[in-house]
Amino acid sequence: MSETRLNNEQQEFQEFCRRWLGENRPGPTKTPLPQAAYEVVDEEHRIYLSEWQAKCYQAGLIATDLPKEYGGHGHTGLQQIASAEVHRAKVPYFINWIGLGMTVPTLLAHGTEDQKKTFLPPIFTAEHIWCQGFSEPGAGSDLASLQTSAEKQGDHWVINGSKVWTSLGHFAQWMLLLARDDKHNKYGGITYFLAPMADPGITVKPIHKMTGESGFNEVFLDQVKIGDHLRVDEIGAGWKVAMSTLTSERGAGVGVGAVAGESPRLVMQQVINLAKDTIRNGKSVWDDPIWRDRLMKMYERTEAAIQNARRTKVKAINGGAMRIPLQSKVSGSEISQELHHLALGVLGLSSSLYTRDTHAADDGKWALGYMNTYTGTISGGSSEIQRNILGERVLGMPKTK
Amino acid sequence: MSQPKDFGFNEDISMLKETFAKFLTEKQPINTLRPSLEGTEDPYHGATRAGFFDKDTWQQMIQLGWHAVAVPEEQGGIGMGLVAATALAEEIGRFALPTPLSTTLQACFLLRELKSAGADQLLSQIATGESVGLAIYGQQGSLNTDSTDVMHDAGTLTGTSWYVTDAQKLDHFIVAANSDNGIGLFKVSANQPGVTLEPDRIVDLTRDQACLVFSGAQAETLCEPGHGEPGLKAALPALLTLIAADIAGAAEWQLQATADYAKVRQQFDRPIGFFQAVKHPIVDIMIQTDATRSLVYNAACAFDFDRDDASRCAHLAKSSASDTASLASQCSTQLHGGIGFTWEADIQVYHKRQIHSEFMFGDGNWQRAKLAELI
Repeated sequence: MSETRLNNEQQEFQEFCRRWLGENRPGPTKTPLPQAAYEVVDEEHRIYLSEWQAKCYQAGLIATDLPKEYGGHGHTGLQQIASAEVHRAKVPYFINWIGLGMTVPTLLAHGTEDQKKTFLPPIFTAEHIWCQGFSEPGAGSDLASLQTSAEKQGDHWVINGSKVWTSLGHFAQWMLLLARDDKHNKYGGITYFLAPMADPGITVKPIHKMTGESGFNEVFLDQVKIGDHLRVDEIGAGWKVAMSTLTSERGAGVGVGAVAGESPRLVMQQVINLAKDTIRNGKSVWDDPIWRDRLMKMYERTEAAIQNARRTKVKAINGGAMRIPLQSKVSGSEISQELHHLALGVLGLSSSLYTRDTHAADDGKWALGYMNTYTGTISGGSSEIQRNILGERVLGMPKTK
Repeated sequence: MSQPKDFGFNEDISMLKETFAKFLTEKQPINTLRPSLEGTEDPYHGATRAGFFDKDTWQQMIQLGWHAVAVPEEQGGIGMGLVAATALAEEIGRFALPTPLSTTLQACFLLRELKSAGADQLLSQIATGESVGLAIYGQQGSLNTDSTDVMHDAGTLTGTSWYVTDAQKLDHFIVAANSDNGIGLFKVSANQPGVTLEPDRIVDLTRDQACLVFSGAQAETLCEPGHGEPGLKAALPALLTLIAADIAGAAEWQLQATADYAKVRQQFDRPIGFFQAVKHPIVDIMIQTDATRSLVYNAACAFDFDRDDASRCAHLAKSSASDTASLASQCSTQLHGGIGFTWEADIQVYHKRQIHSEFMFGDGNWQRAKLAELI
């Protein structure tokens, strides 16, 4: 988006987005949607959300600025407007968030022409749901220690091993897969593949989270055959490609369509309202100066995050192109976690009441939401790993590893 | 009205900030300050510091027009807003510059709100190179704008203004004084009869501070009794933003100095920045400093472009800044180890400036209490 104001085309498009989203907001589902796209497990929700995403794509809100030959709409400078309006409209999230947020930018940067033409269009329509096969039981923060093997046999590869924490694995047609082609070269011995989940050698087994929800999985790969045309970039270049995927995952990449959801500012306002409405010891929690101070500290952090995002685009004062973007994951996830914890404190003992308890405030969404914030602080490179990256890449301190 | 997306940070202001930073890089103000500190170190027997600032540097700054950035054009100034002044304040903090400019910028934004002949006259004097500061605190150093211990009667002042920042560097003062008709704002000059300056012995090496004792001093009216509080309240967002910018600049210096030290200091056969117990707190300084910087630019922009939202944004900025001052100072000294605790290390100079700034115009808790009333 332009630094100061929108041009005519952008203004018209913004008006179009607002009108379209107002007129096409989907009706309710039979059972409530989970809080986030990574927890969707019901078939009813999958169909509903896939249809919604396809409709948004056809309206031009997804892949807005991408070239037409890859299924995009061929515009310039309109995607951020579409994404902002989707966010503002508080419509359901896009189910194919891994495809949109990770596969698309990865293939745009590293894919062949064939790969881009074949794989991008069905991502936009949600015909192909994607999952990410990076982490393994023995490879979490130290991702490059992954052991799933890739052995070249003629014009294809044979994959053996297992992946874990695979969100959407139960729905996915395709997986972004990292596998090891060379046991003796830790970082240079990894190759990046596009793996078909329909392969008979793939088994998906759900994992239950601390919330009781499933939504992510273990994936076992046993003699899985992948054609060499499904390799991304060079043999042994997997680590480099994975880093560009992770940059996108952590919010520093170029978007193709926002994952709709509640903004921190909105959640903060809800918690302030909760404090005003919660009466304890004869007065509202908001009227307790200690609680007020804690709430205002949190409010300050949510406002700072908004102003940080704004400052990223102002070159004279952003401190370098990557300094603020690389903070967005660690800051955003920690703010969300502490904000939800604050909500539990405001509720006091009533926060013990979980979903479907008739007395629970907001149907237990604060306790559920609080637990789910650990997804943010752990997945996609834990907060500790993020602090390593910031210390090394922004401040130039020696690499921990 | 709404704010421009770029914080009003146009090319002129970018260049102003860059030129000012380059000027201060060449000056290295701490090196100039050091000799003036000799003999003052000992807290029990040392000499009292005389409020040192480099007068040549100040004259050069006046020639370059930086003293008049926030003076309206009608009064002979450059007529820029708080976004520009904040850019200067941030660099003053980053270089820990002893200067009359900080309080003079504060004075400009207060005087601009008063819209009186006396205020305009004083702005013209600033444009000619005279410096001004605020004398608005009572002995309690209360954070509210109605706390003066000075009385005004028949054109004269009696009583004491406390905690007057950089008093020994300044030509004139804006004094808040009470009377039967409420608080007004008055101008006195440093060397006039009935005004006695009693220097405080303070921790901060980069500023000075004093009590101003008035015994029947003649005072020119800048703002009639009863109108002083609204005037101060209207200017408060600018005062908060300027001090928050100073803190943000100093915190950025603390961050870079600490990261640089962690790259060269070797222990256990490695630079200490290798260890996450050192690396991660330094990153936390950066995260906190960036939050403050963003809130500072937002507050300056709100003051210039969206005045209705200026108070909220300014309390946010100073709340964040006060906590940043504390965190960056604590971590930078701690992570420098023994050397950071010594008089020789510049780390201590910034630490002392920051824990002074932390409480100026209200600490973090006070800002948040005010903020809660606004949202």
